[in-house]
Amino acid sequence: MTQKKILIADDEPNIVVSLEYLLQREGYAVSIARDGLAALEAIEREKPDLVLLDVMMPIKSGFEVCASVRGDAALAHTRILMLSAKGRDTDLAKGMALGADDYMTKPFATRELVARVAEMLAKDRP
Amino acid sequence: MKRTDPRLLAAIALAGLVMALWLVLMSAIVWSTLSLPEREAVGEVLAGRIALVFVGWVLGLMAVAAVLRVLHQRYVGAPHRLLEETRVVLAARRPQLLKPRGTREMQALAVAVNELAAQRDRLRAEMDAQVTQASERVQQEKDRLAALMAELHQSVVVCNHAGRILLYNQRARQAFRALSQGPQLADGAELIGIGRSIYAALERQVLAHAFERIQQAVTKGDARPSAQFVTTVAGGQLLRVQVAPVRASQGVSGRSTEVTGFVLMLDNVTESVAEESERDQLLHGLTEGSRASLANIQAAVDMLGYPDIEPAMRERFLGVVREEVASMGTRVTDLAQRSAQRLKTRWPLEDMLGADLAAAAQRQLGARCGCPVTLDAIDPALWLKVDSYTLLQALTYLGTRLVDEFEVRFLQLRLARAGAHAQLDLVWSGQAMSNETVMSWEMDAMRFGTERTPLSVRDVVERHGGEMWFERERVRHQALFRFLLPLASSQPEDRGPAAPVLASRPEFYDFDLFQTSDEGSALEDRPLAELTYTVFDTETTGLNPAGGDAIIQIGAARIVNGKLLRQESFDQLVDPGRSIPAESIPIHGISQDMVEGQPRIAQVLPVFHAFAEDTVLVAHNAAFDMKFLQLQEEATGIAFRQPVLDTLLLSAVVHPNQESHRLEAIAERFDVAVLGRHTALGDALVTAEIWLRLIPLLAEQGIHTLRQAREAAQKTYYARLKY
Repeated sequence: MTQKKILIADDEPNIVVSLEYLLQREGYAVSIARDGLAALEAIEREKPDLVLLDVMMPIKSGFEVCASVRGDAALAHTRILMLSAKGRDTDLAKGMALGADDYMTKPFATRELVARVAEMLAKDRP
Repeated sequence: MKRTDPRLLAAIALAGLVMALWLVLMSAIVWSTLSLPEREAVGEVLAGRIALVFVGWVLGLMAVAAVLRVLHQRYVGAPHRLLEETRVVLAARRPQLLKPRGTREMQALAVAVNELAAQRDRLRAEMDAQVTQASERVQQEKDRLAALMAELHQSVVVCNHAGRILLYNQRARQAFRALSQGPQLADGAELIGIGRSIYAALERQVLAHAFERIQQAVTKGDARPSAQFVTTVAGGQLLRVQVAPVRASQGVSGRSTEVTGFVLMLDNVTESVAEESERDQLLHGLTEGSRASLANIQAAVDMLGYPDIEPAMRERFLGVVREEVASMGTRVTDLAQRSAQRLKTRWPLEDMLGADLAAAAQRQLGARCGCPVTLDAIDPALWLKVDSYTLLQALTYLGTRLVDEFEVRFLQLRLARAGAHAQLDLVWSGQAMSNETVMSWEMDAMRFGTERTPLSVRDVVERHGGEMWFERERVRHQALFRFLLPLASSQPEDRGPAAPVLASRPEFYDFDLFQTSDEGSALEDRPLAELTYTVFDTETTGLNPAGGDAIIQIGAARIVNGKLLRQESFDQLVDPGRSIPAESIPIHGISQDMVEGQPRIAQVLPVFHAFAEDTVLVAHNAAFDMKFLQLQEEATGIAFRQPVLDTLLLSAVVHPNQESHRLEAIAERFDVAVLGRHTALGDALVTAEIWLRLIPLLAEQGIHTLRQAREAAQKTYYARLKY
């Protein structure tokens, strides 16, 4: 069982510090990207199993990153869990339509996030 | 036998005299030339023949008289006849010609008269045609305005400078119904109606102040004088009223400074004010509550910073942090949800049938992009809440860019429900586009050829509180822009019950009231044709008001300015609080279960009183109906002090020789169609029609004012009947 790779793409250091600590404790290999462009590059370079993708990021929004990833067949296995402070159902619908596998609204309980990450990694993307 | 013209007789007499004088003169001259013996001989010869000379004179005179008579006829009688005939032509309403007769001059004269008459008839016909045309045009304009007003979604009321309502629309009526104290009773008709005072519904001081401000602004030459205020009305509702002046037209030269009336636009802002204050409360709750929570978290975190804290305490402080974070999360989510609903009210979004929007988009895209646009899978039952103008702009903008930059050959529109939203798709097939392209299309200000708008597609989407994105459908090799749009909260709000279908256009206006002068002359001496009437009828459990019979139905209609306003009728069943005798049911057709749950007379009478305020009451056999109303006076404190007219008595004044003055009989005489006989409203409408026909007949008898009508009625035989 190899270590699963997770990319955290978020421009807010305060949430990144907690998420990084938490996921490393859970035994995942964690890398960080601080804006949309860096996130895309990191995904192509490191091919993480799962991306925690924040919607509101500089340079490229999470939606754009998501659409680009889904437009690249080589990255089809990449699971995407979108995180957003936007809680409207239209945002959720857009995220899911652009190919996110799941969507969580801030604030969320860390316990639930860990549970969802584990669940997503347990099965392959269809 | 015509009298002989004395002038002819005088002429004959004169002729006789002249002949006699001529005879005497000739005789005298001849006599003077004779010698004496000759004179004797002639005297002898003539002495016996004097009678013959006289007879000769008479015969001569007769011949002269005959000639004179012929001449008289020709030169005096014929002009006289011509004069009489000309007078007939003069008085005729229809074209009529003389027959040329007599001498050449007489014939020529007749022809000339005919030409004059023909000229007059032509002018008259032209005038008539012009008048007809003008009044038709005016009528058309009025109808158009009335139709326009009726369709408007805004409440509009027009009143003259004295505050009398001359025009209102269906919406205004609904608005006033919401204000009415007995909404289920008169449909707000006691508050709003042609010729009623606007002050019955709106605060006099506030409105008068607004009128005054406008009047001043107009006098000062302000180009667009208007006033706006919010006022509280019955039941604590808030109305925003915008007022604009109606000015007397000054022909072509422009607008006069004389204000003849006012246009009021009414908005019920009760809800939006409530929303505003709710929003304030939400924000207030968010800031205050968050401050408190943050303080608690701050304190707990400070405590957690102490290195020597024991585990139990540490756990407690952590508990505080978790709890406060959870409550702040709930608070924010709550606010977000509520403000998402509020967002929809920020921009004026309209309810629109999705299929209509799709059809409009199809037309506009087809016209602008020059490529075929098809509709596919349009859900026909979806109502959207959209700003159709900007949304169509966004669709057109995307469509034109697709055609221009990606050589798309055809476009397709789809519309379906997606959870709590509608999804509108703009679909095409062709090469894929990069995310950067999609982003720039979404964020650029929209351009149409040389036109630029400051809005971007993103702005339009935000305005709807919606979303849009680009998707590919690999299976069908198609790509699409998907818009998520809000659905209308429910089916579009009730536009109010459709007005009952009437044969004629509803009489929502009466511009003649602009001309009424509001001199407070006592009703008594006002002409009958000018008064405002409430024509009413009651149905009762029986004929004995003093013996416990009671009203079970009141129906009434208004007559303003000589016009029957069927729109503003009053029609209400009343629970009599006793059983309805079975034998009376066939007459009025009102059974016990029909009055079950209807309001009691004590609730109905105040509304009816308001409905009939400032009018003259008219009823057929009014004494009967008035008796029933008066019996309620003590219990309800409602007294009807208006003057009352009785069509039964006044019919007897007009037609004293007729047998019957029953309602049907009079209706038949006047050729009034009777519908719904023995329903209160039906009878009231028939009575009203009869009253309108009685007014001119009374005027023929010299009965013009209310006072005269009442005096005449009292004198009739029927007035002695007492109930």
